[in-house]
Amino acid sequence: MSSSGRPKTTYDVLRAHGVDRRKFLKFCTLTAAAMGLDVSLVPKVVEAMETKPRIPVIWLHGLECTCCSESFIRSSHPIAQDVILNMISLDYDDTLQAAAGEQVEEIRRKVIKEHPGEYVLAVEGNAPTNDGGVYCTVGGDTFLNVLRETAEHAKFVVAWGSCASNGCVQSAYPNPTGAKPVHELIHGKPIINVPGCPPIAEVMTGVLTYVLTFGRLPELDRFHRPKMFYAQRIHDKCYRRAYFDAGQFVETWDDDGARKGWCLYKMGCRGPTTYNSCSTFKWNNGVSYPIGSGHGCIGCSENNFWDNGPFYDRLASIPVPGIEATPDAIGGTLAIAAGVGVAAHFASFMVKKGLDRSRGQDTEAEE
Amino acid sequence: MTAQRVVVDPVTRIEGHLRIEAMLDGKGTIQDAMSSGTMWRGIEIILRDRDPRTAWAYCERICGVCTTVHALASVRTVENAVGITVPPNADIIRNIMFLTQYVQDHVIHFYHLHALDWVDVVSALSADPAATAALAQKVSPHWPKATTGYFSDVAATLKRFVDSGQLGIFANAYWGHPAYKLPAEANLMAVAHYLEALKWQKEIAKIHTIFGGKNPHPNYLVGGMACAVDMQSDNAINMERLNYVKGLITQAQGIVENLYIPDLLAVASFYPEWTTYGGGLGNYMSYGDLPQNGIGDPSSFLFPRGVILDKDLSTVIEVDPTDPEQIREQVAHSWYTYPAGTEGLHPWDGVTEPNYTGPKPPYKQLDENGQYSWLKAPRWRDKAMEVGPLARVLIGFASGRDEFKEVVTEALGRLKIPAAALFSTLGRTAARGLETRLAAHWLRAEFDRLVANIKAGDQRVADTSRWEPATWPAECKGFGFTEAPRGALGHWVHIKDGKIANYQAVVPSTWNASPKDGKGQHGAYEAALLGTPMADPKRPVEILRTIHSFDPCLACASHVFGPDGEKLAEVVVR
Repeated sequence: MSSSGRPKTTYDVLRAHGVDRRKFLKFCTLTAAAMGLDVSLVPKVVEAMETKPRIPVIWLHGLECTCCSESFIRSSHPIAQDVILNMISLDYDDTLQAAAGEQVEEIRRKVIKEHPGEYVLAVEGNAPTNDGGVYCTVGGDTFLNVLRETAEHAKFVVAWGSCASNGCVQSAYPNPTGAKPVHELIHGKPIINVPGCPPIAEVMTGVLTYVLTFGRLPELDRFHRPKMFYAQRIHDKCYRRAYFDAGQFVETWDDDGARKGWCLYKMGCRGPTTYNSCSTFKWNNGVSYPIGSGHGCIGCSENNFWDNGPFYDRLASIPVPGIEATPDAIGGTLAIAAGVGVAAHFASFMVKKGLDRSRGQDTEAEE
Repeated sequence: MTAQRVVVDPVTRIEGHLRIEAMLDGKGTIQDAMSSGTMWRGIEIILRDRDPRTAWAYCERICGVCTTVHALASVRTVENAVGITVPPNADIIRNIMFLTQYVQDHVIHFYHLHALDWVDVVSALSADPAATAALAQKVSPHWPKATTGYFSDVAATLKRFVDSGQLGIFANAYWGHPAYKLPAEANLMAVAHYLEALKWQKEIAKIHTIFGGKNPHPNYLVGGMACAVDMQSDNAINMERLNYVKGLITQAQGIVENLYIPDLLAVASFYPEWTTYGGGLGNYMSYGDLPQNGIGDPSSFLFPRGVILDKDLSTVIEVDPTDPEQIREQVAHSWYTYPAGTEGLHPWDGVTEPNYTGPKPPYKQLDENGQYSWLKAPRWRDKAMEVGPLARVLIGFASGRDEFKEVVTEALGRLKIPAAALFSTLGRTAARGLETRLAAHWLRAEFDRLVANIKAGDQRVADTSRWEPATWPAECKGFGFTEAPRGALGHWVHIKDGKIANYQAVVPSTWNASPKDGKGQHGAYEAALLGTPMADPKRPVEILRTIHSFDPCLACASHVFGPDGEKLAEVVVR
């Protein structure tokens, strides 16, 4: 295979693949919709796809389980094929690469040399730092060295999943290998953290296509997470929220409440403390999400979630917008209500009223 | 050609980090080989003192490619320790998730991790679309996308992609290597189906999402499953959800029967010499799985349990993973230390003390006479064993199970090869396809069983009588297992006062990718490489073929801690 000339734009490639302009515009509209953009921004998407060459991506794997790659290829809009063949140039990726060994390392060095400041470094997993980094080596060198060498000339870094963003399971106590997330090892580079174990597929492709479309990083919060996907708690938009507000909870697995789909808070659900899009996008093209299939959220996109207490233990406090209510306080309200013979639904009503009030305060505070 | 050492690191299109070093003689034939796992995470150490009911989630993160398998082994382990029998629906739903994983994982392996060892993408550029359509119709009469127009589009897509100069994952590979034997049309057909399979794999995964809330890494539960079943609820597993699952199963059966198997047999027919390379150890082991009458009754398993030694299909030997005399791990060539005078330890008594003695990175080569891997060397009665699809199919066949005999006999007949051809690289790759046929068939059977059980009035999915640790004995031990897509997987737990005192796993890729043991016996990968001729040692297609035929999964390769929570014992997970 010969390599010739300047990389082509996404539109060039799509057109070459037999996609006519009408279909191309439809594709851009869907892409914009997938990113939650207003229809007025579609022309910007079109422009970006027409004029930007495919950006080289180096996708490294450190200490990890490859669930991020697996999630990535589950993306339904856009599908993985479109991303890999039409949108980015996935020049290095252990999991899918045809070449191996020296041939693949040669590619990595070549991209660094020929596209300094232009390529994206995507990192899945993290680097062990104990004992000189011997707990993960690639091509005879430590992953730590490979990561640093590749990051040095990257345009920016995408830290896929909780391993790369937060450390995840191998950095849970006592962190035997000294595994550290990317942002603790790489400095002076823009880093987008995309946490989750794994992240939702469409969040992953959404982050990439946002950058390709607008030519800039998405707006990030203080943990370097894209605000567009990580600004809200799962609890805030959970379809079972009404049961929480009404005081209707699953009390034991497989009980009547479980069959009716009541709130899983008492089973340890971490939805109230977890920032992610699960309750809005859902998983695998909207089929379900953990709570929707009867198990509480384990908080897999939160920092240090493996060490935040056994995930079947009820949360000690439930953050709701504007207040930090403790479950004991809520339970206390219920108990008092029951004690004086007031119907349970009245207690629920009181709780709900309190929450409504607190939401109101929250809104005011934001204003 | 002079004698030389070939190093492949990283081995790509696998899970995790694997390094292969092969020593070639003057004729380019592999005389010795080293398999080195180059990552270690220590997840079993991390599990100590945690709530055993949460162990499945930590264990599940051992691997995201074979997602679910460690979670399944883990919940079974804890249930075994504390004495829980899950309701039939839970067993069946777990079986459905297990089989979903098989079908998804094996199809992905064939097309996206293994096919490029046999399929030359560049050669596909010169294919005639009409001839490709004719070939495709002949190979698989019931697969609809087999028209000249369809293959013209695929060819155009490929050509423009190559012309763009940005070759992405296909760059710098081994195209044009003399080991590639498929005609251009077969290559184009395979490239088209690579893309079809990539589009489809996200669909079958939805079965995990329905029952477990997400994929990768769906949720499990000690005591059963968390997805309540209620035909009268719009918020549980109900008719709508069951219909969704049924549709996905039907679609998967179509993919297996009309895409995967025809492609597998078509590709295999061009590589008869690969039924003579890559056989390796000739010892096979399976723990068995797919309970039809509860996990406590191995005789009911659809995948039978057993051991085959020295390729002798006339005898299936019993295996007991809880017997300290049978399974032991050695560390003679692994980066760990054992107490002086200890050769092998059963997982119950395992010790994991990492002790890196390899060269300081960056290094050029490892020392085959020293320690050279983060993997231990598990052995069954001191013998190295191969686990995985070939082991399961051979054990099913040798156990006289009709379903196995049927698919094996049919495939051998179509390829016109003898049963002995199964002991090879291609045999291993074919066995994976054959058991996928069974898996797709069983998937529907398990679905029907679930419906029948619900129809009989049983909607239970969990036994919560021993959910609270207060109901457990003060101290207990448990063993759980599964047949992961890559082979026999065992977890061992020791629970004290409601917490994990010791957790250990011995995983499939540890068996297969293990380094040599104290007696110098090679692991399965190493043994399978011996005697293979390489046409061009700088472009190691032959090594990749055999290693990929095992479907390596290295992330699981970790070790754990000691028996009483005192010492580091070990768990090998991959």
